[in-house]
Amino acid sequence: MELKDKLLSSFLAFEENVDMHTDIHEIRSRAIKDFEEKGFPTRKQEAWKYTSLNKVLKHDYTVFPKKEDTIDYRDVEKYFIDDIDTYKIVFIDGIYASHLSATTHEKIDACLMSSALNSSKYKPIIDNYFNTVAPKESLTSLNTAFSREGAFINIPKNTMADKPIQVINFSTGNESALLVQPRNLIVVGENSHVQIIERHQSLTDHPVLTNSVTEIYADKRAIVDYYKIQNDNHQASLIDNTFIEQHRESNCSVHTFSFGGNLTRNNLNFYQKGERIDSTLKGITVIGGKQHVDHNTLVHHIEPNCESHQDYKGVFGESSTGVFNGKIIVNKEAQKTNAFQANNNILLDDKATINSKPQLEIFADDVKCSHGCTIGQLDDDALFYLRSRGIPLKEARALLMYAFANNVLESVKIPELKARITKIIALKLGVNVGYSL
Amino acid sequence: MLKIKNLHAKVEGLKILKGIDLEINAGEVHAIMGPNGSGKSTLSSVIAGKEEYEVTRGEIIFEGEELTEFDPEERAHKGVFLSFQYPVEIPGVTVTNFMRTVINANRKARGEKDMPANEMLKKIREKSELLEIDRKFLSRSLNEGFSGGEKKRNEIFQMAMLEPKLAILDETDSGLDIDALRIVANGVNKLRRPDNATLVITHYQRLLDHIIPDFVHVMLDGKIVKSGGKELAYELEEKGYDWIKEEVGA
Repeated sequence: MELKDKLLSSFLAFEENVDMHTDIHEIRSRAIKDFEEKGFPTRKQEAWKYTSLNKVLKHDYTVFPKKEDTIDYRDVEKYFIDDIDTYKIVFIDGIYASHLSATTHEKIDACLMSSALNSSKYKPIIDNYFNTVAPKESLTSLNTAFSREGAFINIPKNTMADKPIQVINFSTGNESALLVQPRNLIVVGENSHVQIIERHQSLTDHPVLTNSVTEIYADKRAIVDYYKIQNDNHQASLIDNTFIEQHRESNCSVHTFSFGGNLTRNNLNFYQKGERIDSTLKGITVIGGKQHVDHNTLVHHIEPNCESHQDYKGVFGESSTGVFNGKIIVNKEAQKTNAFQANNNILLDDKATINSKPQLEIFADDVKCSHGCTIGQLDDDALFYLRSRGIPLKEARALLMYAFANNVLESVKIPELKARITKIIALKLGVNVGYSL
Repeated sequence: MLKIKNLHAKVEGLKILKGIDLEINAGEVHAIMGPNGSGKSTLSSVIAGKEEYEVTRGEIIFEGEELTEFDPEERAHKGVFLSFQYPVEIPGVTVTNFMRTVINANRKARGEKDMPANEMLKKIREKSELLEIDRKFLSRSLNEGFSGGEKKRNEIFQMAMLEPKLAILDETDSGLDIDALRIVANGVNKLRRPDNATLVITHYQRLLDHIIPDFVHVMLDGKIVKSGGKELAYELEEKGYDWIKEEVGA
């Protein structure tokens, strides 16, 4: 059976296990119809021109994993940022893992979507924000239809989350192929601040496909820093759909670190619904083999006097492929917009590919927009300089790649995370550079 | 220490070095002077092992070994150091971290363990004082946004850290004001020992007022056409290169 048909019939089974007489279920029912109409995206669509889901969709995915698999913390410790105190919301095969988690309801809520969806306490928040930021696209609709679990983070106004929140999704090898669809909702009130680290990690060589949707609502003057660590094993594919609605004077940043995985597609969308908003989108991609990483970004400037900063760097080895598709829309009303976009790439091998495409749709006349894209190799003169000091070729190349990616790390506000990312890059390049950036 | 015999080299099919003979012994300072395009910088790059330069004939013997057999990093491990005319900017890597990487890469090549952090810091402090380098400078990205003088000072600082057997200074005086020139020259002089040697490549005689050479060689069109003592440098400064061209019939 085609995956689409399987999913449509799975929805009927899904309904048997959830309360059908709720507002949420109406949303789900509409979403499955939307998905049925649209189906999976194909390369005929402009936004999917360089990324084909065909191979990824061929597996016979299990949609409902049988049971919670217990994982010993010691076995997965390395996937946590464990040298700082954090809240943790952890899932195994899409099911909440309480023994690995540290949630809270004290000053902030860092807990489960399932409890938020089923509790009258959170109903006003769910009614106001759930499925309001995400647009009706086929993959988000698919996620919405099956939405049941994920992270729910609610920061009331004038509150600074006292520690970062880690959201980690593990998948085990219980099923021969597994589809998971986490659904996260993050609501950050006026003048509030939160830092979130997200990770998807497969613990098996079986194929795993994650279709994740995260909605973030940032109220006036809120500050949200979101970090995505994508360092999964090579049988795991990820479609990440993240939507951020920002209000007046809010400041949101998303850093995406893509090192692992088979196919990774990042749909990252910012909607600026107020004045003097700042949005930052940064990414480092270091891949090899036959890996594929696609960054598909949108920044929609709707109101005047806002800024957006995009800086994506990629290092592509062997026959890996990269895509950067960065769209900036500036509405007629959004005068005095400053929108910057940069995408710089290094191709290490002849067979590596990058498709980089900026799309600017500017309807206002008083704006500053800049975009730049470079594709190059490592600089021979720089390599010779390092080697002439006694640094062997492999380390010299790694050092230059560090130097290349470094300014993207500069804006990471959690030092322990920065150190971790540096270490992952070093491992990825197979060298011990012996210093921290 | 270094014996160059009948060295020919080309880059992109163009013959640049056309038979260089040069012998440098431990404890000596040699200067190579010559007009633009005479092949001076090519010679230094060839000794350091830049891959774009192809040695077509002749040999470079360093301490009894044929250097052309080795990669640039191996030549560095053996004690060859090149102070670049145009040092490369490496954003995101601080001077200190770069130095640490370089020192430990060389130690590793010799089969030694990493230098302990306190020893490293002590050495960095000592050598940066020699070059009158400010502490703040050490935490800046390597060569990024450095003035011409700062870049050259940083090159000699690296040389001081590495303590090479053979140091080649390629146009180290270009872009230096008189104070920076004095500091750089003073650093080089203090690093002189009976067991190391220096090859100064320059356009002008002014650096040689501060780093006194034992031998001066004049290079024209890929060959050393005249050698002499330090007085040859003054003569060149005064009269230019034309008289030598006439003398050698070039």
